[in-house]
Amino acid sequence: MRMIQPDFRIVIDREKCRKCGRCSFNCGFGALSFTDRVIPDPDKCAGCHRCVSFCPEQAILVEANPLCFRANDNWTPGHIKAIYKQAETGGILLTGMGNDKPYLNINDHLLLDACQVTNPSIDPLREPMELRTYLGRRPEKLEFSRNNGKWKLQGPVPNTLKVELPILFAPMSYGSISYNAFQSLCMAAKELGTLMYTGEGGLPKELYSYGDHIILQVASGRFGVDAEYLNTGIGVQIKIGQGAKPGIGGHLPGEKIPSHISRTRMIPEGTDALSPAPQHDIYSIEDLRMLIYALKEATGYKPVCVKIAAVHNVAAIASGILRAGADQVYLDGFRAGTGAAPFITRDHLGIPIEVAVAVVDQRLREEGIRHLGTIVAAGSVRSAADVVKLIALGADAVAIGTAALVAMGCHLCQKCHTGNCSWGIATQRPDLVRRLDPEWATERLVNLVRGWEHEIKDVMGAMGINAIESLRGNRERLRGLGLDSETLRILGVKPVGAPM
Amino acid sequence: MPSRIDYDRERRNPCGCGIAALMSAKRNVFSGELVVKSLDNMRERGNGLGAGYAGYGIYPDRKNYYSLHLMYDHDQARQLSEDYLRSHFRIFDSEPIPTRANAGISSPPIFYRYFVLPKEEAIEPKPGNLFSPEAAPSAEQSSDEFVMNRVTEVNSRIQGAFIISSGKNMGVFKGVGFPLEIGEFFRLDEYQAYCWIGHSRFPTNTPGWWGGAHPFTMLDTSVVHNGEISSYGINRRYVEMFGYRCAMMTDSEVVAYIFDFLHRRQKIPLALIPAILSSEFWQNIDRLDQDAKELYQTIRQVYGSALLNGPYAIVVGHRDGMFGLSDRVKLRPMIAARKEDVLYIASEESGIREICPEPDLVWMPRAGELVAASYDEVRQ
Repeated sequence: MRMIQPDFRIVIDREKCRKCGRCSFNCGFGALSFTDRVIPDPDKCAGCHRCVSFCPEQAILVEANPLCFRANDNWTPGHIKAIYKQAETGGILLTGMGNDKPYLNINDHLLLDACQVTNPSIDPLREPMELRTYLGRRPEKLEFSRNNGKWKLQGPVPNTLKVELPILFAPMSYGSISYNAFQSLCMAAKELGTLMYTGEGGLPKELYSYGDHIILQVASGRFGVDAEYLNTGIGVQIKIGQGAKPGIGGHLPGEKIPSHISRTRMIPEGTDALSPAPQHDIYSIEDLRMLIYALKEATGYKPVCVKIAAVHNVAAIASGILRAGADQVYLDGFRAGTGAAPFITRDHLGIPIEVAVAVVDQRLREEGIRHLGTIVAAGSVRSAADVVKLIALGADAVAIGTAALVAMGCHLCQKCHTGNCSWGIATQRPDLVRRLDPEWATERLVNLVRGWEHEIKDVMGAMGINAIESLRGNRERLRGLGLDSETLRILGVKPVGAPM
Repeated sequence: MPSRIDYDRERRNPCGCGIAALMSAKRNVFSGELVVKSLDNMRERGNGLGAGYAGYGIYPDRKNYYSLHLMYDHDQARQLSEDYLRSHFRIFDSEPIPTRANAGISSPPIFYRYFVLPKEEAIEPKPGNLFSPEAAPSAEQSSDEFVMNRVTEVNSRIQGAFIISSGKNMGVFKGVGFPLEIGEFFRLDEYQAYCWIGHSRFPTNTPGWWGGAHPFTMLDTSVVHNGEISSYGINRRYVEMFGYRCAMMTDSEVVAYIFDFLHRRQKIPLALIPAILSSEFWQNIDRLDQDAKELYQTIRQVYGSALLNGPYAIVVGHRDGMFGLSDRVKLRPMIAARKEDVLYIASEESGIREICPEPDLVWMPRAGELVAASYDEVRQ
């Protein structure tokens, strides 16, 4: 007896199929076998479309299994299937990628402004449109001296990081993603003049040459951390939590830890890499301050970023982080992706990134310290419109993870934790990893970000704004459509129809 | 962020406008008629829904007092405000601002002026104690800071009362009407000032509100503005972090607060103010020599939230002089001229030639170019 029926149905058009076997070769999950003809095993199908993309005859269709339960809006098929699985195994159910539940998406309820008559729009094809952004800590005020009629800065130049556009690559650990995917992010960050975060899996020695574009993570498992590592990048990120699983540590199943991952992470091959839930040297804000300054001492005072999941009290926590000496606060919303997380944490913990950015920015302003540090926002940035809206709400820059993976071929099948990614991204199987050509993937990443850059410039021009700093925190150019008044008040955004 | 949702109170009115200003570096005085005449010549730039003036040097015999010009919607607001002023200031003189009715002016509010100094106990240092034997500066370290906070309080808290200017030996006269009518109403021909700045307004929608006319002020700073600030949302949130409150229902007032914050409180030299308000593009900053590059890169990083984006031409009067500035791509007109020690700035050359037919020099300032004059002698 089978209690659980497959999610998908694989339909092979036998008329069209020329029995070349490519589909079977390409499936990382073993859902298609080939003897004298293709035999589908829908139980194993992840819905990743690798077979469909490579079938030269377009002879494959993957569709949702039409088999249905009696309609029930309360007991959904998801609930029922989860119970079958847990009744069978007694375990925690794992998944990959971000929250897929139909919660209200605030970005989809925000609209942008444009100029008409009283204020000319600016043409980004013909005039400068500036996206350059500096990340890090700024002084309270500047002092100047004058010599021979020329003004000069008194005191040191702020220790900030320059990026050519406010789109960064979010931390995805080496281990959760393949070497080729990781290398592609390094190469794209360099080409775009932006930066990437490593995630908690360390940095392979062969990629140290990209250090000028990398912020290195120090997480609760301390995987891959030593003095040389810390000094390879342009900054260090302390990971307290991630949006997909606030309050728990990273999970990398042993299947994804072959020798090169084991070497970089400095742990035995094939062991599950389960990071502790908290950082065991940080039980309080003053402990965090000590780690921030320990890392600054260890790196000759490179900027330190602290990454937290967007939780209910995020505003006060972010304020404490900035006061503890961090240069950047990295906020990860509840829709953020992951390589592996329990369903319960992924789907039910945290708050939306839009709200987190709004309340953190506002809180730091009320405390008079917003101008001293930097806010980076992440957790489901799906388009250039999302970037613009998050910056208008108050973020200095955004980081993209899932969007970057999709650019490299990811189809959001949510099976990252199995290590069988047919696209060579979230896997360590050599036969699958080699499918992802880093040059091809880099080009696609660069294309994606350049495309968004053009779109951001277009809407900034429409708003009559030619520098990104005039958009940052400028909620006057946002209006909410279909959001309740309390949410609007918290976002600091007026409803559509409200005048200037 | 207001906790109360009241979009009508929050509403602001961007506008197109005409500006005119003149200033004598030797502090030679002119009657108010000149600036009125200049603006009247550019009548087409306004639509009769607002005009206003700031005069510097108009109260020479009371120059050591803060002169507060107040606008009241009704007498109750006056009583409340006067109680408030009496509890915080020593009032040396007060009177209604003299006006002269004319056909173009209807239902004006009530205008009063007060010559005041902060009560001494309010700003004197706190005595030392066991834990900190040194006398500590009070929360509001100077008279200026004290006055700024009181102005902010009146404007944001007392319904129907607005302090429209608060500097020393200067004052603002403004309202709903064409420049000529407002000039006549406030009898500007009877005032002598060494610096006048004026404004004619073309609001794009109208509440017909006297407080919405330019100039906008904070202490000795007064600003007239032709433009619409597309960065207003962040400019406002930036200065509100430092105790300012925007209460005048227009984007232009934020410029006065930004300048007051940068120049008086952050002590940014005037020469570097354009690098903040109308910053150079990165592509030009990148080409500078090392010292200059560091200077301008850092200024943009630290004060980016004060960048004024969108079209504007402004004239700012302040304690030590006057300057004009336009936006970083010059989307609004501004012409300057000099005749001996006098600097003229106006939206159109005709506005200057109307009152100074043969200037020594007339020029069209470039985008973001500072046009400034300061008084020759040491500050009085």
